[in-house]
Amino acid sequence: MSVITAAKLTGTSLMKAKITITLKSGVLDPQGVAIETALAGLGFDGANDVRQGKVIEMKLSETDEAEARAKAEEMCKKLLANPVMENYSIEILA
Amino acid sequence: MKTAVIVFPASNCDRDIAVALEQATGKKPEMVWHGDSTVPDADLIALPGGFSYGDYLRAGAMAAKSPIMRDVIERAKKGTPLLGVCNGFQVLCETGLLPGALMRNAGLDFVCRPASLRVENNSTSFTSGLDKSRYLNFPVAHHDGNYFADDDTLDRLEGEDRVAFRYVDNPNGSARDIAGVINDAGNVLGMMPHPERVISPLLGGTDGADFFKSLVNALS
Repeated sequence: MSVITAAKLTGTSLMKAKITITLKSGVLDPQGVAIETALAGLGFDGANDVRQGKVIEMKLSETDEAEARAKAEEMCKKLLANPVMENYSIEILA
Repeated sequence: MKTAVIVFPASNCDRDIAVALEQATGKKPEMVWHGDSTVPDADLIALPGGFSYGDYLRAGAMAAKSPIMRDVIERAKKGTPLLGVCNGFQVLCETGLLPGALMRNAGLDFVCRPASLRVENNSTSFTSGLDKSRYLNFPVAHHDGNYFADDDTLDRLEGEDRVAFRYVDNPNGSARDIAGVINDAGNVLGMMPHPERVISPLLGGTDGADFFKSLVNALS
C-alpha cells in the first residue's frame, strides 16, 4: 500500500505547514528593540537589527504540496497576516 | 435615534459606550452579540473597546472576521455611521474599512492615562459640534495603539482631511500623532481614546458627553 493511500485510510495528515510572519522592513518593532537592548545588557555584542515575528504551524489534510501551499497562502491573506505591516513565508513539510 | 453596540467575547467597554449612547440619545442601544448575523435597524453602530478574542493573533483580527461583521461591513458600505473606539478602531483597521494598522506601543508599555486631543477636522458628522480651538481630554488605555500606515497612505489621509483627532502629547508612537481617522465616505470613524469614559463629572470629565451629543445632533 502506498504511503498516500495509507494516510487517506487512516486519516493521518501528510502535509505540515509552517508559516513565518515577520514585520515588514522599515516598520518599527519595539519588541525587537527591547530584545536587542536586553541581549546587549547580557554581554552579547554585535546583535543588531533584532526583529521579532511569529511562527504558526499546522497539519493539513491535503496530500498535494501545491494544494497545501495554496491553502496556507489563502489563510495568510484572509487572517494570519496583516499586509499593512507584515510579510509571511510558507514552508510545506511533508 | 436608534443605536447598536456590537459585543465581542472580551469586549469590556460595551456597557460604558451603551451608557454614553443612552445618555446622548435617550434610548438604550441594542446590544448585538458577535455570533449574530444581522444588526437591527440602527442610525449608528458602535464597536466598543476591550480585548476581543484576547487580542489573539493581532488585536482586532479575530473580531474582524466574526459572523456579525459581515453585516456591519455591508451596512457601513451602504452609509450607516460606524464608530470604533480603541479595540473597535483596531477591528475597523483589520476589516479594511479604515486604512493602516494599530501596532504595539512604541514604548512597549500599556498606557492608561488622560490624553489631550486636537480636533483636526470638525466637518465630519462625528465631530461637527466640536470646536477646533478646544482640546478634548479623553483617556487612553491600550497596549496596541501605535497607528501605522505607509507614507503614501498618511499623506493621502492628511490631504483628504481624514485625520479626525491628533494627540497633543503622543502616548504610543502613532504616526504623525494620529489618534483617530475617518474613511473616505466620512461615515466610519476609528479612534483609540475613550470618549465614553468621560461622560459625567463623577467619572472625571464631560468632554466625552460633548462628543456624543455632537454626534447625535449631527445624525438625528
